[in-house]
Amino acid sequence: MLEIEIDGKKLTVPGGSTVMDAANSVGVHIPHFCYHKKLSIAANCRMCLVQVEKAPKPLPACATPVTDGMKVYTHSDMAVKAQKGVMEFLLINHPLDCPICDQGGECQLQDLAVGYGQSASRYEEEKRVVPNKNLGPLISTDMTRCIHCSRCVRFTEEIAGFQELGMPGRGEHTEVMSFIGKTVSSEISGNVIDLCPVGALTSKPFRYSARTWELSRRKSVSPHDGLGANLVVQVKDHRVKRVLPLENEAINECWLADRDRFSYEALNSEERLTRPLIKQGGVWQEADWQTALEYVANGLKDIVDAHGANSIAGVATEHATLEELYLLKQLFAGLGSQNVETRLRAADHGLKTVGATWLGQSIADLAASDAVLVIGSTLRKEQPLLAQRLRQAVKKGMKLSALNPHADDLLTTLAGQIVVRPDRMVEGVLSLIKAVAEAKNIAAVSQIDLAGVEVTDAARAIAASFDGKEKTAIVLGNIAQQNPRYAELHAAAAALAELTGATLGVLGTAANSVGAQLVGATGAGNVFAEPKKAYVLLNTEVEFDVADSLQALRAVQGAAMVVALSSFGSCALEHADVILPVSPFSETSGTFVNMEGKAQSFNGVVRPLGETRPAWKVFRVLGNLLGLAQFNFDSSEQVRDIALNGDVAARLSNALVTPLTIKPQAATGVVRLGEVPIYQADMLTRRAPALQATVDGAAAELKANGVTLARLGLTIGGKAVIRQGQGDAQLVVALDAGLADDVVRVPANHPLTRALGAFVGPVEVTQA
Amino acid sequence: MLTPESLAQIDRELAKYPADQRRSATMSALRIAQVEHRWLTNELIEFVAGYIGIAPVAAYEVATFYNMFDRKPVGRHKLTVCTNLPCALSGGADAGKYLQQKLGIGYGETTADGRFTLMEGECMGACGYAPVMLLNNHSMCSHMTPDAIDKKLAELE
Amino acid sequence: MTVYVKGVVFEGVDFDDPNSWKLDAYVARGGYAALKKILQTGMTQDEIIAEMKASSLRGRGGAGFPTGLKWSFMPRNFPGQKYLVCNTDEGEPGTFKDLDIIVNNPHALIEGMIIGGFAMGITVGYNYIHGEVFEAYERFEAALEEARAAGFLGDNILGTDFCFQLHGHHGYGAYICGEETALLESLEGKKGQPRFKPPFPASFGLYGKPTTINNTETFASVPYIIREGGQKFLELGKPNNGGTKLFSISGHVNRPGNYEIPLGTPFSELLEMAGGMRGGKKLKAVIPGGSSAPVLPADIMMDCTMDYDSIAKAGSMLGSGAVIVMDETVCMVKALERLSYFYFEESCGQCTPCREGTGWLYRVVHRIEHGQGRPEDLDLLLSVGANIAGRTICALGDAAVMPVQGMLKHFRAEFEHHIEHKHCIVPGY
Repeated sequence: MLEIEIDGKKLTVPGGSTVMDAANSVGVHIPHFCYHKKLSIAANCRMCLVQVEKAPKPLPACATPVTDGMKVYTHSDMAVKAQKGVMEFLLINHPLDCPICDQGGECQLQDLAVGYGQSASRYEEEKRVVPNKNLGPLISTDMTRCIHCSRCVRFTEEIAGFQELGMPGRGEHTEVMSFIGKTVSSEISGNVIDLCPVGALTSKPFRYSARTWELSRRKSVSPHDGLGANLVVQVKDHRVKRVLPLENEAINECWLADRDRFSYEALNSEERLTRPLIKQGGVWQEADWQTALEYVANGLKDIVDAHGANSIAGVATEHATLEELYLLKQLFAGLGSQNVETRLRAADHGLKTVGATWLGQSIADLAASDAVLVIGSTLRKEQPLLAQRLRQAVKKGMKLSALNPHADDLLTTLAGQIVVRPDRMVEGVLSLIKAVAEAKNIAAVSQIDLAGVEVTDAARAIAASFDGKEKTAIVLGNIAQQNPRYAELHAAAAALAELTGATLGVLGTAANSVGAQLVGATGAGNVFAEPKKAYVLLNTEVEFDVADSLQALRAVQGAAMVVALSSFGSCALEHADVILPVSPFSETSGTFVNMEGKAQSFNGVVRPLGETRPAWKVFRVLGNLLGLAQFNFDSSEQVRDIALNGDVAARLSNALVTPLTIKPQAATGVVRLGEVPIYQADMLTRRAPALQATVDGAAAELKANGVTLARLGLTIGGKAVIRQGQGDAQLVVALDAGLADDVVRVPANHPLTRALGAFVGPVEVTQA
Repeated sequence: MLTPESLAQIDRELAKYPADQRRSATMSALRIAQVEHRWLTNELIEFVAGYIGIAPVAAYEVATFYNMFDRKPVGRHKLTVCTNLPCALSGGADAGKYLQQKLGIGYGETTADGRFTLMEGECMGACGYAPVMLLNNHSMCSHMTPDAIDKKLAELE
Repeated sequence: MTVYVKGVVFEGVDFDDPNSWKLDAYVARGGYAALKKILQTGMTQDEIIAEMKASSLRGRGGAGFPTGLKWSFMPRNFPGQKYLVCNTDEGEPGTFKDLDIIVNNPHALIEGMIIGGFAMGITVGYNYIHGEVFEAYERFEAALEEARAAGFLGDNILGTDFCFQLHGHHGYGAYICGEETALLESLEGKKGQPRFKPPFPASFGLYGKPTTINNTETFASVPYIIREGGQKFLELGKPNNGGTKLFSISGHVNRPGNYEIPLGTPFSELLEMAGGMRGGKKLKAVIPGGSSAPVLPADIMMDCTMDYDSIAKAGSMLGSGAVIVMDETVCMVKALERLSYFYFEESCGQCTPCREGTGWLYRVVHRIEHGQGRPEDLDLLLSVGANIAGRTICALGDAAVMPVQGMLKHFRAEFEHHIEHKHCIVPGY
């Protein structure tokens, strides 16, 4: 520890601290632009110049290491003169167009200019004008305002993992830009908007729609991936205008993924439903809530009476709140049915674990691991911020490996990588088990048949990355959880974890995957395989939220009654009989339990649109109408407390209920690797125009490696027809050299591919 | 986009640096590409970035920072005259003016026949030889009096 | 051009012989004897560094830091990779000595670097050569080939365990890369933007590894010091200013060129060596250490001796030893305008005061030169300069300001005349 003095305050700081760190630790604010705690030190803006005793010149606080006995003056004449001098330089070429700048009111340059600027400029030469750049549909540019702090450039390189932005040019001709003709395509690109201290980079969807001081700021939780990023939702006139990160070092740090940030556009979509609708004689009629709810209650009761409780099913996604899912479950239980399911994209429902599957530890602990193996995950697209966090961990020495049916670049250094066919993921894990067993001289692993399993160098490299490490983890992603042999895969991963001493984790596929399990909204299995007489769909679009969407659609179309509790029309309008307009996450209170088992409750940030009602209240009334016991809740908090039922941690476990025997299997023929594209994942992202306009939102392609393309007679850029079961799709062909032979990668739950079947399975592919 | 000879030259440059520091050869690789194509198109910069294994914008930064790289077409002979103070004291600025008059173009311009591009340069580290003119980013021409300029230009097709 | 030799770097070089740069000729004049002395007599690293310290050799790139001391900073027993880098990115207006060293005596530099590598336990070196002197880069590469073929460079040098790899690396047009950390960034394949220090290259240099960087002339002086002893080198100059030094003389003299003379030689003698003033004109002013050094009027300059201490006492810097001589016809406003343009053009753009300030300085001087100056402009120049100097990441900011300050200190009246009459006192260069 070093003893120093800042502005006369004595303090002790750890060795290696900078003057800026030290000042922050005692709440002394030193003005700055380029400094950011998550980015490398650039020391280029020079705004943080301070006086240090015995130093002849002012020194930048952000880059000056503290030495013992150092005396720092942040407001001395020397410091203030230097800071004012820098401010003058920053302003001479700045347009000072604050009245028409979206950053106005939340601009660090504006704020500091009040303290350090002068009322008139001494610069009488012509000001610099810098052409704007096209960075894509999310980021708007006004480059003349840029003060060259390079935060955005450092972000793309250091945090997002690939330098998409640079500062070409020299001297005052230096300009921030992407490579000519390229937009910024990182899945976490929107953070540069927050990082930009001026109005050079602003939100394109938000542009000119509100001034910062008109906005109310309300806390919420992201409804997308299993991380549970904390949000500040900014609201004006009962509309969500913008979403920003709420800093939470344990979860999202100070970042958001683009879908956390920009999916709010869907909340204001034209497709929002505002009144209950009942289809009568094939025509939709608006109804009041009482009529609609009675219609639903009576209809369900009649069907149960006529066909038994097994003839109805409740379907929701893992994006629904804990309270909603609990009440849906209770509603069905009250009707005598256990048919409630949220794991709609699972192909294998056979896995039985002791508790709710989860990360197995906190997110921060995972990031502090010495070695991590990711099994079956397109991590950057499934869990963008977790991918970012692991990327930072690799820089600090973590060994990261991947076992996947693809070789997608994690934009970091991998210690090892195994690429397999999607139907041989289990065998991939077996090869790792064998590699570890060989290295440890273990002859046999119980329940696992390793005969004939091949050990590759890649498997040995991954095994070696775990060897001798104290804190290691193995995590299963969406691709793993959606695999047709998930139970075996999970069991094999558990065996590998036991063998290596690693913590096994499951990456929650959605915001409330863990919560859905906690309230028992899983376990019914595929409720579309044997069609039911009635379906209650809670914010579920069967075409896009279910693994075998064709099968689901047919089941729904054949049902006697379909009740859609939905925020949006579109799909529901086609096949439902009753539509109850329910609130998206922004208009209801609720709780999501994230992948680390943390229950995060939030309030509605705007009032429900039109006659929209929070779904938990709709279920409460339905329960009452059906005369079910224990449906008298005054608040969602009451529902939550009962739903969580005490200690959550005790109910989390990835351990198998009964051991599973695993044998390697062969697989041949052309197989589909189906995954849900990042911006098709849920009903909000699907309706966010700006996200849809990004590179990740682009139309689906059929991808295969060169060998497979040649074998199938396909040409890059040409068209292919893919047939699966009874459906087919026609797609443009693209190369993905990272795939195994005979694998065709075709997006799932996408408008172009919704006629296709299971995510993983045999397909026929021909030239179109 | 580059001939095998150019790629072999780039490989020789790459061999100078540690295997995980291929980026060090960016400037040489861009120079080699420019020598072959006379100027750097965006496609060429992207190709070089791919060959080295760096982000395209990182190569673009290099191509725009160092002023001997040309990112728009230049004539068959690029003439860069130093007009900095030490050279100017010995006729550097006059040499530049003479070239402008003789070629009928200003700095940064190319003659209509595509033969010459004239550039104003900064210190080349050859002030003792002033006036100096750098030919095609490669050969230093010393003591460029009007007579010497006439003679030199006559040699260049 | 004239090269006048009374020193160590060009000792024995025959400037009329086109083959004098080659290995054979170098060996014939005693080249690589220092390296042999080290490897064959078992001279230790400590002994080499002691000789370097005894020589009182100061870095010839401009900053004048004692070389032996710098070498002693390198953690000799550091287990990982370390690097030795030579700075031949010579682009300070007025300086052209390194060009002549590489063209005429490249093996002195190579031998000096090999010795440096041995002394500091470094196995890999790079020489970063100014892009505009591309032929010098080619010459250096050719000399490296010769040295490798002869067993002076590469693996198992002269049959010993000592290995040292040395490579040429060219710049491509950026003055800032002469700043040592910008040079390292450039060597790493990036824009040449200086790094904030600390950490210094000795602990965090090329690729983040400990690195020692010296100037071409510094390295080229090493073989002599090892061969003849540090004391002998010191005695060539004067205390604290050991040895001889190359002075690059440009501007209004009859014989511009490089002059390798003992430090401490009176300026008047140097001017005489350079053939005196061109056309018999009167000396007006001298920039004694490259364009960044403040200008000194003739009378002050004529009293100076050419060494670090004397020039510093007169209010300027010896810098890289580039002496820009200006006669009575030079308009100081025009001269400053050209220099200010240079710093504006060469500012890397990284940090605010330099990026914004160099353009501001240039534009104001440009206005004055073009008859649009205002009386308050001179104080504005000094004020803007004061806001740049000492506030930037590297010394380019200071370098841009010093000419302004120097000119206004000694020739303010000429600027005032310009503002008032909208034209020069003198005809201009």
